[in-house]
Amino acid sequence: MPPSFYILAALTIAATAAALSLRNLVHCALALSVAFIGLAAVYLQLDAQFVGLAQILVYVGAVSILVVFAILLTRNDEATKPLVSRFSVAGAATALVVLGVLTWAIDKSEFTHRKLPPAPAATVRQIGDALMTHYVLALEVIALLLTAALIGAVIIAMHNEEPKS
Amino acid sequence: MSSLSSYLLLSAFLFALGLAGAITRRNAIIVLIGVELMLNAANLNFIAFWRFGDHPEALTGILFAIFSIGVAAAEAAVGLALIIAIYRQYKTTNLDRIDSMKG
Amino acid sequence: MDWIVKNLWLIPALPMLAAGISALTPQRGRKLSATLAIGSMMVSFLLALCAFAHTLGHQGEEARQVFNFPWFEFAAGSAGVLQLGWVLDPLTAVMLVMVTFVGTLIFIYSVGYMAHDDNFTRFFTFLALFAGAMLGVIIANSLLLLFICWELVGLTSYLLIGFWYHKPSAAAAAKKAFITTRIGDVAFLLGMVWLYSQTGTLLFYDHGAGCMEQSALAKMVVQTTSAGMAVSTAIGLLIFCGAVGKSGQFPLHVWLPDAMEGPTPVSALIHAATMVAAGVFLVARVYPLMGARLEGAPVETTALQVVTWIGAITAVFAACIAVAQNDIKRILAYSTVSQLGYMMMGLGMGGVAVGMFHLITHAFFKALLFMGAGSVIHGCHEEQDIRHMGAIRKYMPVTFLTYAAGMLALCGFPLFFSGFWSKDEILHAAHGWAPSQIPFYLGVIGAFLTAFYMTRQVMLVFFGKNRAAAHDSHSAALSHGHSAAEPHESPAVMTVPLMILAAFAVLLGFVGTPAWPWFQNFLEGEVATVDFARLSESATLMISSSVIVLLSIALGWWLYGRKPRQTAAEPDVLEKARPDLFWLLQNKFLIDEVYEATIIRFNAWFARTCDFLDAWVWGGVVLAVSYLTVGLGWVNNVFDQFVINLGFDGGCSGMSAGGRLASRLQNGQVQNYLRIIGLGFAALVLFLIWGGGK
Repeated sequence: MPPSFYILAALTIAATAAALSLRNLVHCALALSVAFIGLAAVYLQLDAQFVGLAQILVYVGAVSILVVFAILLTRNDEATKPLVSRFSVAGAATALVVLGVLTWAIDKSEFTHRKLPPAPAATVRQIGDALMTHYVLALEVIALLLTAALIGAVIIAMHNEEPKS
Repeated sequence: MSSLSSYLLLSAFLFALGLAGAITRRNAIIVLIGVELMLNAANLNFIAFWRFGDHPEALTGILFAIFSIGVAAAEAAVGLALIIAIYRQYKTTNLDRIDSMKG
Repeated sequence: MDWIVKNLWLIPALPMLAAGISALTPQRGRKLSATLAIGSMMVSFLLALCAFAHTLGHQGEEARQVFNFPWFEFAAGSAGVLQLGWVLDPLTAVMLVMVTFVGTLIFIYSVGYMAHDDNFTRFFTFLALFAGAMLGVIIANSLLLLFICWELVGLTSYLLIGFWYHKPSAAAAAKKAFITTRIGDVAFLLGMVWLYSQTGTLLFYDHGAGCMEQSALAKMVVQTTSAGMAVSTAIGLLIFCGAVGKSGQFPLHVWLPDAMEGPTPVSALIHAATMVAAGVFLVARVYPLMGARLEGAPVETTALQVVTWIGAITAVFAACIAVAQNDIKRILAYSTVSQLGYMMMGLGMGGVAVGMFHLITHAFFKALLFMGAGSVIHGCHEEQDIRHMGAIRKYMPVTFLTYAAGMLALCGFPLFFSGFWSKDEILHAAHGWAPSQIPFYLGVIGAFLTAFYMTRQVMLVFFGKNRAAAHDSHSAALSHGHSAAEPHESPAVMTVPLMILAAFAVLLGFVGTPAWPWFQNFLEGEVATVDFARLSESATLMISSSVIVLLSIALGWWLYGRKPRQTAAEPDVLEKARPDLFWLLQNKFLIDEVYEATIIRFNAWFARTCDFLDAWVWGGVVLAVSYLTVGLGWVNNVFDQFVINLGFDGGCSGMSAGGRLASRLQNGQVQNYLRIIGLGFAALVLFLIWGGGK
């Protein structure tokens, strides 16, 4: 394993933990961006350049900004209240149980012991061919979903100016 | 420790962290962030299995990850719009106080 | 099929419609209801004339035209379809014309007679319904339709006799009429049911399939009942019971004289045109059934013999009673009973034509007599006792003349009055009757008595000295000061119908003389010829009956006209001679008392027994059952309260506790759900690895 992986993994986990535990929501959003970038780097390391770049474009470029907008639009004085909800202990326990189960499963798996094969060719051209031929229907569906989500999000968030009678 | 299992463990950690955040934090936006992270952990799994799989030329893992990112983008847009709408209704994003679906 | 046959139903429907409308008319709508009733009767009369003219053009079997239609279906097959219909034959046509004509005159007369009554519209409603029901009886081609209308006649007669229901006697008379006729109707209904079970149809004539036609009759004649009587005879006798009730034959005659409690036009209508004629008409209608036998003349069947004997007994019996009565309407009532007996005799011995001829002529002169009597009563300020009348001739000349015409027709005064010819027909038939000569002699005695009591009545009412003053004190209170006023002639609306009827009472006889028996031939569907030779055949009989009538009138004059009675309180001439016999006659042979002592007392005893049983036996059983029920109810209640309710409540609270528990899970906290999903996910992974994988 290259040492770069461990550095990236540590960075990503730290950023993730920060994004989920900081008191200031804006800081959370910034930490989230860092976590996304770290993940994108892991993708690049796994020879998935296209996905890594898409990750940066979509998550860092769009979703994080969206989160920041949402934070600004919902700003209130409740930030001083306790960070965690009433059932935080149970929640944390649940997360630990899930982590334990997953780790155990990974550890038990025989499949995970294989070595890294030689780097496959995954050019943008190949991905584009696959999208336009074999996966064209899925592409259409995802396009429809995104359009619907766009319109739906606008309608849901739109301020209702109708006077109450 | 093999290479694949280390990626999978990273993914498992990210997933568990995202879950913990989604379950324990009171702020709806943080909950949404947790969900996004969980999705990213899943993506990481797809990429890792593709990279270590027997037929990487099929590009299945890559394309699945791309579609997943698309879905995640839509989910984030709708989720945040919902949070804004809920905030407008309740003047809060505190999930403890949003329980009108209580049975 | 001709228009008039198809639309014969209009004749009864119009008066009924008029009744319906005037039933909805408020009390002040006097003119409207009277106009409606009279107008509808007049239109019906015109239609009846059309029908009559229609039958004139046909002979024999062709003269009978029927219109049948299915009413409702109560079982599959043709036997399950109940058919109704109407028939137009000479019998129907003659009756229709008579009823509508006499009815119209009585309606017009009623306008004058009832002028002062508050319930004028109600009266005309009932009257029109009465006439409509009677017309329905006449046109019916189905025994069922006939029965329906027959019962309607019974109902309306009840309403009309009890018209002044605030008088207890009128209410009692109405009840008596209704119940007495009902006794006969029960037998009638039984006969009808039996007939239906035998023939499968109640239509009289249905192109060979009706119950009065050859095929059905032949089937019934050969079957015999347990007593050895032919089925047709038995059914005929049962139906005849209905006629006995309706036509006031002995022993069910008791209601008829009491029916005089109704207004006089009602009496005229009942006694002349409608109700009592319905019974005679019924016998004429089912004559083929009554006369059915294997061979020989129809006049000698058991059924017709019974009819004859009942008629003959009634004729003499009622005439005897009439001799001793003092109420002007009661005398006429008993006279009607007696004349109905004659009609039954005529039907039994001479066939339809003989009986019906007397029915028609009697309808005219009896309507005339009743309306004349009504006019007298009206003129004498509601006085009905002939002992308090006298010398009315001078005050009411028109009434006197018309009444005299009616009286002479009823007596059978020779040659010029209709009653002579029709009664002579009956006596002629009786003379030639093979089974027995007794009915003939009974008829002759009846004729003698008839002439005698009518002479007595006329002498006491119209001749002699006015005895109204003798009881001034009585009537002064009644008619507040009018008693001083002398009897007065009635208005034209009452006298004109009298004159018209008087003309018919005289003239009608000439359509049925032996020399030119047009009426009889018409009914039998033959062409009448003039043959004076036939007159000489029955000359002996005619002369002897004339002598009897003349003798009787002379005797009446001898006893009542020669030395007119001076005061109202004076005893009758006959009473002086034979007080015991007179007393018996005056009390109607004590028939009412006998009924009172036997049937009614038995009935009352039976009712008391039933009451006793009801109170003590059935009542106890019912009480025990009710206590049992209450006890069971109590047990049930306890069980309900302590077992069912508690169990149910327990179940309910268990459910709601479970619900509360489940709803706590559903607390609306998104993170809660997410946590459970996480746990579920972990469990699923463990399950897959341990259980599913290897």
